[in-house]
Amino acid sequence: MGRKIVMSITGLFLCSFLVVHLIGNLQLFNNDGGEAFNIYSRFMGTNPIIRTMEFVLLAGFAFHIYDALVLTRRNKAARPIGYANNHPEQNSTWSSRNMGLLGTVILVFLIIHLWNFFVPARFGGLEGVVIDDVEYENLYLRVVESFQVWWYVAIYVVAMFALAYHLIHGFQSAFQTLGLDHKKYTPFIQMFGYAFSVIVCFGFAIIPLYFFFFFR
Amino acid sequence: MAGSNPNAKPMDLTLKVWRQKNRETAGQLVTYPMKGISPDMSFLEMLDVLNDDLSVRGEEPIAFDHDCREGICGMCSLFINGRAHGPERGTTTCQLHMRHFNDGDTITIEPWRAAAFPVHKDLVVDRSAFDRIQQAGGYISVNTGGVPDANEIPIPKIIADKAFDAATCIGCGACVAACKNASAILFVSAKVSQMSMLPQGKTERKTRVENMVAQMDIEGFGSCTNTGACAAECPVGISLENINMMRREFISAKATSENLA
Ligand code: HEM
Ligand code: SF4
Ligand code: FES
Repeated sequence: MGRKIVMSITGLFLCSFLVVHLIGNLQLFNNDGGEAFNIYSRFMGTNPIIRTMEFVLLAGFAFHIYDALVLTRRNKAARPIGYANNHPEQNSTWSSRNMGLLGTVILVFLIIHLWNFFVPARFGGLEGVVIDDVEYENLYLRVVESFQVWWYVAIYVVAMFALAYHLIHGFQSAFQTLGLDHKKYTPFIQMFGYAFSVIVCFGFAIIPLYFFFFFR
Repeated sequence: MAGSNPNAKPMDLTLKVWRQKNRETAGQLVTYPMKGISPDMSFLEMLDVLNDDLSVRGEEPIAFDHDCREGICGMCSLFINGRAHGPERGTTTCQLHMRHFNDGDTITIEPWRAAAFPVHKDLVVDRSAFDRIQQAGGYISVNTGGVPDANEIPIPKIIADKAFDAATCIGCGACVAACKNASAILFVSAKVSQMSMLPQGKTERKTRVENMVAQMDIEGFGSCTNTGACAAECPVGISLENINMMRREFISAKATSENLA
């Protein structure tokens, strides 16, 4: 049960990261040729508090994924012979039964995503751009270019569906894992978790779609 | 038959039953056609009929667990057409009746599947893992002596009701069978919370939850992912609330326990 508690805490922490990340990304919608976004991106790459949080975030992902692996393997081993005839859809939701699969889709997406944006932003490889006589790395240009490619946009949209389903189960599940349920609050947590999952993932998915369809 | 429905027509069915000689050998599904099954029969009576036939034909009868046949002992099991205790909710297999099936149906009958519940023979699984979890802490130690007066210890009605609801767990293992992770958490939580809610059980509450959870892991049950399948399939309706209550017990025990081992 200890590992599962770590999963729930890291899972909720990752949810808080999603909010910060999404709010930052909304600056892509500024019609300023990417000025605000590039300045923001420099800030995120240099501010010492943010840099520290970057490591905390990395650790959060590491623990979440490691425990997911350990638990999913243990759970597979707990039923070595399956049923010939099984109807789990009559007693539980699909996403609750496929958190490992959804998580894996998210992980694959994360690797592609980090490779394309985070790695060049952090370790170099982006073109420069001058804003108010100061030279910035043009991450905005990379975003615009990437989202002109239809299959790249498709990966994003699929991944955000996976994340949404992961969180529709995961958000409220994390509270249960911590024993935080109460007749008064649980309905609110469930509703909030559902709305959170849909809104956040919609927010992320709309960005590549916007650049693909309206920004050429 | 007394109370039988005159309109109920006998049914023809095809059974696919898991047959397995013993723990060591591999098993397989064997098909048995059945004729003239009354919808008034219980599921186990239907299997009795098949076993009579098999005995007459000189074949080995199908081994399955049962005892009270009235939904209180928890002995009967069976994964029927993809569901623990069959398609009806809130029902043990012994209380399931053939009227819930239709003429011409194929019914698949499998044993509970879990590493912690090895198959003994055919449909009988070894559920002694549950006994060992109980022995690890599912009790209250009391000194024998004079009989205390009834109602001596005040217990709020809501608490008494919740503890009683948790105490209705019959230990059948359907929760494990239905869970995709073969997790025993609903069973264990029913046993933990029932006692930890009551004054008599509070003395041992920390060691109880620590030891029972530890034993649950040792037995090789999976870890809960909150799918809720257990409570949906539990024949007596043990609530998921118990799981969350046990988690609070567990977290507070681990945070404050003197037992550092
Ligand atoms: C931004 C990314 C992610 C977020 C916000 C997130 C969030 C969550 C949350 C809140 C839970 C519920 C924890 C609980 O029930 O106690 C969870 C569970 C889980 N996550 Fe993630 N997760 C993310 C990425 C991943 C990745 C990359 C993987 C796998 C490689 C993964 C695999 C799992 C698994 C297997 C569970 C267990 C499901 C369960 O026990 O209910 N997650 N996640
Ligand atoms: S919790 Fe329900 S399903 Fe599980 S053993 Fe007890 S009675 Fe059976
Ligand atoms: S035989 Fe006792 S509960 Fe079914």
